[in-house]
Amino acid sequence: MSKKQKKMLARILAGGALFLAAELAPVEGVARLLVFLVPYFVVGWDVLWRAVRNIAHGQVFDENFLMALATVGALALGQYDEASGVMLFYQVGELFQSYAVGRSRQSIAALMDIRPDSANLERDGEIEEVDPDDVAIGDVIVIRPGEKIPLDGQVLEGSSSIDTAALTGESMPRMVEPGGEVISGCVNLTGLLRVRVSREFGDSTVSRILDLVENSSEKKARTEAFITRFARWYTPIVVIAAAALAFIPPLFVGDFRGWITSALTFLVISCPCALVISIPLSFFGGIGGASRCGILVKGGNYLEALAKLDTVVFDKTGTLTRGTFEVVQVAPQPGVSQEDLLLTAALAEQYSNHPISQSLRRACGGELAAERARDVEEIAGRGVRAMVDGQEVLVGNARLLEDHGLRVPGCSEAGTLVYVARSGACLGYIRIADQLKPTAAEAIGRLKQLGVRRTVMLTGDSETAAKAAAAPLALDEIHAGLLPADKVQHVEDLLETKAPGGQLAFVGDGVNDAPVLSRADVGVAMGALGSDAAIEAADVVLMDDDPAKIALAVEIARRTLRIARQNIVFALGVKGIFLLLGVLRMATMWGAVFADVGVAIIAILNAMRALKVPRKDT
Amino acid sequence: MRKVFKLTDLDCAHCAQKMEDAIAKLDGVEKVHVNFLAQKLTLVADDARFDEIARQAAEICHRVEPDCTLDI
Repeated sequence: MSKKQKKMLARILAGGALFLAAELAPVEGVARLLVFLVPYFVVGWDVLWRAVRNIAHGQVFDENFLMALATVGALALGQYDEASGVMLFYQVGELFQSYAVGRSRQSIAALMDIRPDSANLERDGEIEEVDPDDVAIGDVIVIRPGEKIPLDGQVLEGSSSIDTAALTGESMPRMVEPGGEVISGCVNLTGLLRVRVSREFGDSTVSRILDLVENSSEKKARTEAFITRFARWYTPIVVIAAAALAFIPPLFVGDFRGWITSALTFLVISCPCALVISIPLSFFGGIGGASRCGILVKGGNYLEALAKLDTVVFDKTGTLTRGTFEVVQVAPQPGVSQEDLLLTAALAEQYSNHPISQSLRRACGGELAAERARDVEEIAGRGVRAMVDGQEVLVGNARLLEDHGLRVPGCSEAGTLVYVARSGACLGYIRIADQLKPTAAEAIGRLKQLGVRRTVMLTGDSETAAKAAAAPLALDEIHAGLLPADKVQHVEDLLETKAPGGQLAFVGDGVNDAPVLSRADVGVAMGALGSDAAIEAADVVLMDDDPAKIALAVEIARRTLRIARQNIVFALGVKGIFLLLGVLRMATMWGAVFADVGVAIIAILNAMRALKVPRKDT
Repeated sequence: MRKVFKLTDLDCAHCAQKMEDAIAKLDGVEKVHVNFLAQKLTLVADDARFDEIARQAAEICHRVEPDCTLDI
């Protein structure tokens, strides 16, 4: 509790005691007014003061003013204990509300506690502690064990294990060695590292993540936008209704006093605070809770979309599968040696970072004689063409060779086939297989359980490879042999056939699928730790590469929306009932003050549940 | 220019909305967002008149919620 809140608590306790004393005091008339005025002023002087001050500032529909007007009105009508008690209740409510908001802010701050405070900059052999903002690209920093990694960079010296839990929710530490990348926001656990900084602080992973979570409240969910619009009109309308209630019915039926009392209860419930605080808090809580699990959601609107998923489209490689390929078979044509086939392929593919090329190089082992290959040209969705030892070499899928009028040998086994041709003759193929991620089947299963109607896999691989890879998964549709442009087309077709009101998510690794990510209702990129492209292009970012997190994200989104809806129904319902009771002259001020602050507190407490995500260890 | 300001003692969510609405109407303001939970105000405005606009924004915050101050 803050100092301000403690002071308020003391005032409330004192006021409460004085109020009880006043209730018990055997006095009547003016004396009774005076004994109730004591607790009234003890608890409520600041409300009255603010009311006066804010009127001077032109804030008419201010809650302090409305509260002051309502209680002063009650005093004028001789309802001393009501006036005093309602003020007391109101302040208790405000205190609770401020405490709850403070707690939520703390939880959110704890979430944001990945911002590094300083960096140990190496300058002329000396180590100097500086603000991470003052470190430039190419500078060398030293990270001691136990310290937060302040900036992204490449390890020059030292090896260590790195705790990425704050970013990914993953408790297993990662190992880094010289040449490896370190990511800001992680914690260096065991060894001293010398790191060459690769990005300025403003562009670093940690800054981007913080920006993203903090700015997520700018993209409002429809529910949230509705509440904002509603709040703008609610107070003026209720206040005008109160004025009408006070003066119009008495003209016909008399009983001026009674109607004014009803009007005062209207004023007490005229603040839309319960809604204005609790709905954004629910969404922020949901987004915050998700980010704790390594799921970054860029706005309440995406949370809303995740809750209504109808179709989930997965990219295959790196999403459902590990994306690490291994050569499992080298099948040369008669008269060609295995070594020749493999080496030719590796030489042609040596400049590519595609996982398939990497596996070819790994399979060759040792250093490649780079100068043997020239004029390497990538052919999108097909492969590469290069000059190796002066001869034209084609390395790629069957389509590449067929485009060049070559016949290719078939293969019925699982995996990706890389065909190699030299000087217009097919040398054979190399079979490369990728493994499913251990959680892939669980991911699809859980999405089905959550009521996702269609799960689809898109891949550039051949039909057989795709079917074989997806066999253990209960996918509804598989589309294979796609070029990047085909993927967009397929997603568009799927968008047209999705259930009305349902949403489509595309899940990819964010590397080559930016157009698809932006075309889908919700673009989900995974394995984003260290990949800017993914963080930039997607609406939802999974920091690690566990596909089961998508189901978790849907669960979090649904829970958040449920909480937000509960709050809307509850707050509007209670206020509506009290307004109705007010018109029927059955509402008391006590009830009204509950309908105002009581509802706000309950709604805030409910909203806070959104922040707490049950952590499932997978 | 885009700048983020800290709002101290921002206790009323409804006021945050009022501030945002009022500042958005200022001449030269491209975008403004008050984040009640993070107690931050993000202002995107005309470079040439940025300081002047920020000062006006601070005034609005003070008028809407006198207990709350915008740290320029």
